[in-house]
Amino acid sequence: MTISTEFDVNLLELSGVAKRFGGLSALSDISLHIRRGEIYGLIGPNGAGKTTLFNILTGLYQADSGRFTFNNTEYSGRCKPHVLAQAGIARTFQNIRLFANMTALENVMVGRHMRTSSGIWGALTRTATARAEEHAIVQHARTLLSYVGIDRPHHTLAKNLSYGEQRRLEIARALATDPKLLALDEPAAGMNATETESLKELLLSIRASGITVLLIEHDVKFILGLCDRVAVLDYGKKIAEDVPEKIRCNPVVITAYLGTESIIPAQAGIQS
Amino acid sequence: MQNVLKHLSSKDKRGPWVAFVVLAIVLLALPFFTDALFGRGWVRIVDFALLYIMLALGLNIVVGYAGLLDLGYIAFFAVGAYCYALLGSPQLGLHLSFWIVLPLGALLACIFGVLLGAPTLRLRGDYLAIVTLGFGEIIRIFLNNLNAPINITNGPQGISMIDPIHFGEFSLGSAHELFGLTFPSVHLHYYLFLLFTLLVVFISLRLEDSRIGRAWMAIREDEVAAEAMGINTRNIKLLAFAMGATFGGLAGGLFAGFQGFVSPESFSLTESITVLCMVVLGGMGNINGVLLGGILLVVLPEALRHGSGPAQQLLFGKTLIDPESLRMLLFGLALITVMLWRPAGLWPSNQRRRELVAENDSAHL
Repeated sequence: MTISTEFDVNLLELSGVAKRFGGLSALSDISLHIRRGEIYGLIGPNGAGKTTLFNILTGLYQADSGRFTFNNTEYSGRCKPHVLAQAGIARTFQNIRLFANMTALENVMVGRHMRTSSGIWGALTRTATARAEEHAIVQHARTLLSYVGIDRPHHTLAKNLSYGEQRRLEIARALATDPKLLALDEPAAGMNATETESLKELLLSIRASGITVLLIEHDVKFILGLCDRVAVLDYGKKIAEDVPEKIRCNPVVITAYLGTESIIPAQAGIQS
Repeated sequence: MQNVLKHLSSKDKRGPWVAFVVLAIVLLALPFFTDALFGRGWVRIVDFALLYIMLALGLNIVVGYAGLLDLGYIAFFAVGAYCYALLGSPQLGLHLSFWIVLPLGALLACIFGVLLGAPTLRLRGDYLAIVTLGFGEIIRIFLNNLNAPINITNGPQGISMIDPIHFGEFSLGSAHELFGLTFPSVHLHYYLFLLFTLLVVFISLRLEDSRIGRAWMAIREDEVAAEAMGINTRNIKLLAFAMGATFGGLAGGLFAGFQGFVSPESFSLTESITVLCMVVLGGMGNINGVLLGGILLVVLPEALRHGSGPAQQLLFGKTLIDPESLRMLLFGLALITVMLWRPAGLWPSNQRRRELVAENDSAHL
């Protein structure tokens, strides 16, 4: 896929999306668009509504109002997570949700589920077609595991992987679904500097392969150094959306993160 | 026994043929050995063990693979058994062929599985358990009361004089002379049940290591993540219910033909729990474990029934406690001990063979 020609086309568009939990307004009037092939960051203080927005995009929650268009199709109504996954939105979770008692390889193989088709009959008879498909699944999964850099034996149980590997495995599993948009919920959380750096390289390489990346992150330095554009949420509202350089010195953003004053040292700390 | 069972799981085709041959001979000769050593009654117990293993393997798909706690599983057994009983007894005056009645029973159970599954898909864990428990009771109560105004199931008296399992003129209800050997009815049933059990084991093994099996396990591990990976959890869960119920219906049909009599009291909650115990005690999600659990839970109570009387005579010189009451007490104690000692079951599934197989061998072609 040539990115440059499609760069101006929007992959995802939200307009006026709102979500309430009882009396609490988690999101109000969120409008944003994500272009094909970009790395789009979503930042904001704790409780700003980032994960809520993520859950709406992936069908775990239903928006109360607003329009949600992905890849030229509207998904504003009640949409099941698997339908959105089918459409091409794959995600990872903030608190890692791997299939803990399955092997690393099997975790990624599960990601191939919806792009393959053999059913009960294929499983029982193991026809040539079914075997070929199974073989393709295994090969694809292996490729993805080494792509994200898991060099442990592939039959290690997911729960026995290190923390960083588990994060990477989640990415591999999401990539196995052939996504158009890869949505990552705090992928760098709890990682050390080296791990964060290699994660950054991985994300750049994923983008280079033509997949659009949406990123929630707490690590402002990480996100500002990586993203093409960044949106900032605060109390369920979008307070800014711009290229990282502009976000970095946006007074509204700085106020949201740090309160008022002390702008200069904060800026120095943010520099990457 | 361990080696024998272990071999059942071995998928390496170049594996020890010797073990395979030994296993085959042991399984083929088992009814004759049992008959000679312990008496005919024990062959019957072995037959029942095979039926229970089929049930446990069916429930293992629902509970062990897909992680859906089903406390009313015996209802599918009942559906299969009553289907066989109604279509092959004087009750309705129908005497259909075994090859029609048995698949029909399995199919009907499968439909009931979907019927139970459909409304309960949103429920998880404890809530699902309660609803399935209710379902199991509803089926039993229906069977108990469908004798008025039109008598279909003959109510609590049950249906008797069910046709024995027969293939054309060859009926398993009586002894036959084959290859110069006399095969009593229980022996013939043993071979038939063994065949079906092996079929069920084969299907379970194939399903476990397939796209569908992985989807079931993904749902068991984390339903939200499974759905986010694009698995249509509704359909896949229904499939688990349907497959499990089919095995239950199959075992039910065989049970009715073997027993010659069915009544609602064979399908009580206790039976559901017993089958669940086999799955949990043996090791959820692991076929070897389930086989082991099935054998133990049928054989152990019987062994206690026959063994506890003489044991008391030997120890105290007289029978202090009635063996019949003692056996369930000891059985319960044994269950508690096993669960304390091995909470994941006797043969847990997470040390699965696939992790032990070298990487190169696990390429599926």
